[in-house]
Amino acid sequence: MSDTPQWLDEDAGPIVRPYALIRGRTRSSGDNLDLVATVRAVGEAPGSLSPEQSLILRAARNPISVADVAVELDLPVGVVRVLLGDLRDQGLISVSAPSAAGSRPSEGILKEVINGLRAL
Amino acid sequence: MDSVLSEDPVALKILIAGGFGVGKTTLVGSISEIRPLRTEEVLSDRGVGVDDLDGVEAKTTTTVAMDFGRITIREGLVVYLFGTPGQERFWFMWDELSYGALGAVVIADTRRLTDCFPSVDYFEQRGTPFVVAVNCFDDAEQHSVEDVRIALDLDPDVPVMLCDVRRRNSAKEVMITLVEHSLRTLTTTG
Repeated sequence: MSDTPQWLDEDAGPIVRPYALIRGRTRSSGDNLDLVATVRAVGEAPGSLSPEQSLILRAARNPISVADVAVELDLPVGVVRVLLGDLRDQGLISVSAPSAAGSRPSEGILKEVINGLRAL
Repeated sequence: MDSVLSEDPVALKILIAGGFGVGKTTLVGSISEIRPLRTEEVLSDRGVGVDDLDGVEAKTTTTVAMDFGRITIREGLVVYLFGTPGQERFWFMWDELSYGALGAVVIADTRRLTDCFPSVDYFEQRGTPFVVAVNCFDDAEQHSVEDVRIALDLDPDVPVMLCDVRRRNSAKEVMITLVEHSLRTLTTTG
């Protein structure tokens, strides 16, 4: 520990603004990704990915929600959506909607949830 | 890791709404592992005058932190909790959050009941099943659930309950009541 105050790591603020990671874009094919849609890495990752894209693919080796990706990478959801949209366009992730077109879950699932909550 | 391609997980979304400081974060934290979810949003005109933008006129986006919790029922069945941003200027985010949501918990504080009116209106209009959970603050006068129901002019089938969001069991009871209510709504409307 040094005596002189220094700004280190997060204290100094982000070195790269989030939107620089996506070259200033705020729109991509990932715009409409639901927060709880499930993404999963598929296919062979090329070597030319950005560090963030590589991190996403690593996080998505097992199915993971869009919101969880944002938390894991500590990035705003808007940025993550753009990155995910790009990865999907490249065929590197698959995305499945949380439930078919926003339809309600089945009775059986809800009963399972109620029992699961009781058991918590 | 070693399993064959499993079915896609079922992800359910529950919203936690209510006025500022009513206990949304506490409720999410009582029942799930809470994680901060960042969204970066463009400041609308409505934000001007609320945020002090003097000297930072170039700032057009702001970071909104949402409470985000996850309850794993079993492998492949997960309930996600989202605390809705309290300020009205973030309401555009509610539409996204409430799309496909299983239901919502509206937390009420009897000392300032009007704070939850907008949430109640919102979910009534969207047809999202919701319950009203009256958070019993230590220094607040106790009111009966019937008083609250009348004050909020709720439909008779909307569950109203007293709770203490700090207690896990109480938080659990609220969530179970909501899912049971959603189940009833589901079976009566087909």
